[in-house]
Amino acid sequence: MRVGAQIDVAAPPELVWAFVTDPAKTLHFMSGVTRWEVVSAPDRGLGARYRTLMRVGSAEVGGLVETVEYDEPRDIAWTSVTGLDQRGRWRLRPTGPNRTRVELRLSYGVAGAGITGWLAEHVAAPTVRGNLRRSLMELRRQVEHEQARARAAARRAAAARP
Amino acid sequence: MPGTRTAAHNGHLAEALDDALGSAEPLRSPGLAERLVQAVAGQVRGRVPVADLDERDPDWIRESLPGLWLASSLWFRGEVRGLGNIPEEGPVLLVGNHSGGNMTPDTGVFILAFSTYFGVERRFHQLAHNLVLSMPGLGFLRKWGTVAASPENAEQALRSGAALLVYPGGDHEVHRPSWEGNTVNFAGRQGFIRLALEHDVPIVPVVAVGGQETALFLSRGEGLSKLLGLDRLLRLKVLPISIAIPWGLNIGDMLGHVPLPAKITIEVLPAIHLRDQFGAQPDVDEVYDHVTQTMQETLDALASERRLPILG
Repeated sequence: MRVGAQIDVAAPPELVWAFVTDPAKTLHFMSGVTRWEVVSAPDRGLGARYRTLMRVGSAEVGGLVETVEYDEPRDIAWTSVTGLDQRGRWRLRPTGPNRTRVELRLSYGVAGAGITGWLAEHVAAPTVRGNLRRSLMELRRQVEHEQARARAAARRAAAARP
Repeated sequence: MPGTRTAAHNGHLAEALDDALGSAEPLRSPGLAERLVQAVAGQVRGRVPVADLDERDPDWIRESLPGLWLASSLWFRGEVRGLGNIPEEGPVLLVGNHSGGNMTPDTGVFILAFSTYFGVERRFHQLAHNLVLSMPGLGFLRKWGTVAASPENAEQALRSGAALLVYPGGDHEVHRPSWEGNTVNFAGRQGFIRLALEHDVPIVPVVAVGGQETALFLSRGEGLSKLLGLDRLLRLKVLPISIAIPWGLNIGDMLGHVPLPAKITIEVLPAIHLRDQFGAQPDVDEVYDHVTQTMQETLDALASERRLPILG
């Protein structure tokens, strides 16, 4: 099952990139995600591994994932090593000066689970899709807030300069 | 039947059966009910599976999780809290209160939650009554890692480094009347404490509410069980009486029932490291009181969150 969501953020891709690649920030904007724990020596980049969980229905599902694509500041993709089969992708594209289209995709399932797997994927889809949408809205709020804060700090610094 | 054979060494049931059928003096003019019980006992004895931890199949568990998730999420609206209290690795004794008659929905909800949280790669076994494991059609339980309840099997599981789920209250607790649904009742059974001490593993209490609302449980039927000799022949101290779908009046619950869609809420409590908390030689009675009291307090809190039966 593949679900996705996208949103336009009033910030350059580099700033959005700084948020989505920082594992310390992930739990602050990812809705439904209860665990995003770094389990590899590099905490980001190609080969970085995370133990992830998202609450869906009556269970927290996820597993160990590994970053398999890291194209700064455009694409990050990860795939599951253990747990639920999943493949996710952040896709950042500039749509104008100081504007970025952010897309979050997630494919998931359990290979070999048959009809119950198919059914579970579809029953879970609205929850997962809702989590992705809320995550993007929260990401936009935090990124734009961070940008406004940085601009205000710069203005204050300029005003204080003799 | 593959994987099953007579196993005199496999738990108390076989021993009890051996005692009852092998060395006991012949019954005098057994009645129809007694002959029926003896026939069932013979069948059960032949079907009790030998405990083989290797029968647990992580791939099969993984493939069965979506079905379990559907039942747990849609039918029981399961909610499991505090899984982070379970140590990330190593053997651990998970001690739960048991509800819901022979269908025990809280077990399914917890197996799903544990398996998705830690991954099916983590060894996880559950102890079940021999009768459950010998029932036709329930062979799949062994693939989940369920083994017959016996001290030997429990020790084997803990020695392998597994997390082990036990229900000390067993059949006594699982068939308690619905109006005692919010009571932890281990019937004074303390074997789990000795097991934890012997293997120096932490006890993690697992408290569930809602299971006793999946049918109307009327009585354990202890008198009936004694009258029919089930306690002697099958180690069944109960012959529960309930009102359940689709049977109406359900005596014995041997064929199971369709559980009502009661909301199941489970809370996992912080691990109890017995020697850290109770000294080098813990008093078993003191530990028992502590564990049951802590679980009862949590169960009271979970019960107080519920506004209506079944709906939660």
